[in-house]
Amino acid sequence: MSALLEVADLRVTIGSTAAVRGASLTVNKGETHCLVGESGCGKSITALSVMGLLPRGAVRETTALRFAGEEIGRYGERQMERLRGDRMAMIFQEPMTSLNPAYTVGSQMTEVLRRHRGTPRAQAVDRAAELLARVGITAPGLRLGQYPHQLSGGLRQRVMIAMALMCDPELLIADEPTTALDVTVQAQILRLLAGLQKDLGLGILLITHDLGVVARVADRVSVMYAGEVVESAPTAALFAAPEHPYTRGLLTCVPVPGKVKRDEPLGSIPGVVPRIQPGFAGCGFRDRCAQANAACAGTIPRREAAAGHEVLCTLPPGWGGAAAA
Amino acid sequence: MSAPAIEVRGLRRVFRVRQGLFASPREVVAVDDVSFSVPAGSVLGVVGESGCGKSTLARLILGLLEPSAGDVLVDGQRLGGMDRRARARLIQPVFQDPFASLNPKRRIRDIVAMPLIAQGDVARADIDRRVGEALDRVGLSREQGTRFPAQLSGGQRQRVAIARALVLRPRIVVCDEPTSALDVSVQAQILNLLAELRRDLGLTYLFISHNLAVVEHIASEVAVMYLGRIVERSESERLFAAPRHPYTRALLASVLTPEPGLGVPDVGLGDTMPDPANIPPGCRFHPRCPVAIAKCSTEAPRPTADAAGLVECHLA
Repeated sequence: MSALLEVADLRVTIGSTAAVRGASLTVNKGETHCLVGESGCGKSITALSVMGLLPRGAVRETTALRFAGEEIGRYGERQMERLRGDRMAMIFQEPMTSLNPAYTVGSQMTEVLRRHRGTPRAQAVDRAAELLARVGITAPGLRLGQYPHQLSGGLRQRVMIAMALMCDPELLIADEPTTALDVTVQAQILRLLAGLQKDLGLGILLITHDLGVVARVADRVSVMYAGEVVESAPTAALFAAPEHPYTRGLLTCVPVPGKVKRDEPLGSIPGVVPRIQPGFAGCGFRDRCAQANAACAGTIPRREAAAGHEVLCTLPPGWGGAAAA
Repeated sequence: MSAPAIEVRGLRRVFRVRQGLFASPREVVAVDDVSFSVPAGSVLGVVGESGCGKSTLARLILGLLEPSAGDVLVDGQRLGGMDRRARARLIQPVFQDPFASLNPKRRIRDIVAMPLIAQGDVARADIDRRVGEALDRVGLSREQGTRFPAQLSGGQRQRVAIARALVLRPRIVVCDEPTSALDVSVQAQILNLLAELRRDLGLTYLFISHNLAVVEHIASEVAVMYLGRIVERSESERLFAAPRHPYTRALLASVLTPEPGLGVPDVGLGDTMPDPANIPPGCRFHPRCPVAIAKCSTEAPRPTADAAGLVECHLA
């Protein structure tokens, strides 16, 4: 498999917060890479860094930011604009905030194609209708003439996905695309994304806090905590043999029907996610970690637990035995 | 056994909505002829998609909304006509968003004291003592009591909301999506706290959530709502092991457990979304039902109840 997106040692500082502290990840063609973590861990900022959409005042540094083999880290705003919505597209959690309420679905969808490709209106409308049908919307002709507020949440998210596909992107970044939806609709949207990926060979970077979603759709998982990728592994390996104490803790927090008896406590991680200031040294998780020792305040080694399974931790690989099933 | 903690009989709530300047108002039946009872000390989970009426049901049971028909009995007493202060001593809410439900300009200890002050007859010294006890109960320090909501994390704010709900020592707590805005590690802390409080204080919960895994963990009985009606109700283990309504089966199928390799299931519900302002004739679930038969589009199923619960389906 060839790498579609390569991010190496990404660092983002926003004011007095070190939001991302040396994150590296790779998304291959046709692969879904899930970035998982709790709020404030830096996963959305990582995605926005790739798209060149960081908030004003944010400072980004990387040793490499390559898209389809090309270094885009030094691209200016003009060059990024040409890439965004064309070869790389992004969908967000709440489609209502990213769709313009004053324009019809049709005019928003066709604008992407007309802008990037100069496609004539009639042709662009055909393409939009075709994609709406592709994402499972019945009566696409009717929907093109409607405004976002006339659609349900699930339909809006389908429209967002269809819009992201207008220019046949190679990379799709989806930031919590199903978090605001009902579970039944979530399942439909995730199936849709999986189907599209298979048909179109898309590389997907999927950001989520939901380990259930990760387990079911990811090929590869990176767990973020306090701005760092603390563990990265093929999905099956991560769930079967999680190495980082944070990953292990997170897995015991999730209620699974039939696994923990009622009234028996779920696992939980004491404390809260810290806000990390620039110049912070050591492991960001050590204040919440039951395994923390003196070495955790120093430089943390990146270790390989197995082929393709990396952990940022002072503990030796295999320290805790297999995952508690 | 004593009177059930909550008893609901033929509860109905209709909203009149105007969908355009000149359109005549339409009726939206948010809760339609709902009856159930919750034994003291147990937890009834209520699940369903957005718009199914679960939050309206919570507000009716809290007395925040007047029913259009039917009765709510709390601890054997009719809620309608009950004095507000007496009601507050019996039943208290915990809502989803601890940001929206806490006054940002007040200190935590004053927020927690508010229900006591509203009672009008609690001495200042008692208020301080009981606020301190409530903060202890939920794992907050006295020092945290002097802070403002914005200085606390989401999980700590939800602890404040729970302390405020407990300060009058109610019998019943209505939890409406209490962990939905929280991260998983914090969600686990709050669920553990709620379970511990129920055990220690003998509380009864009505626990509303869209997250079935959370409900399975905390509820002894589960009611599934669809467009204003309870379409299935049963003891929690049985509902998860042997769901009887096709809608319950679809909801359970859409729970994504963290098990790699299983993929995303086809829940088989199709594209039609439920619209509370436009309830279909016959069985209200039939346009999305994967196993509907001809009768389902014309004839509304009657609930069939047995000792283990209730189901409302022609095929069950």
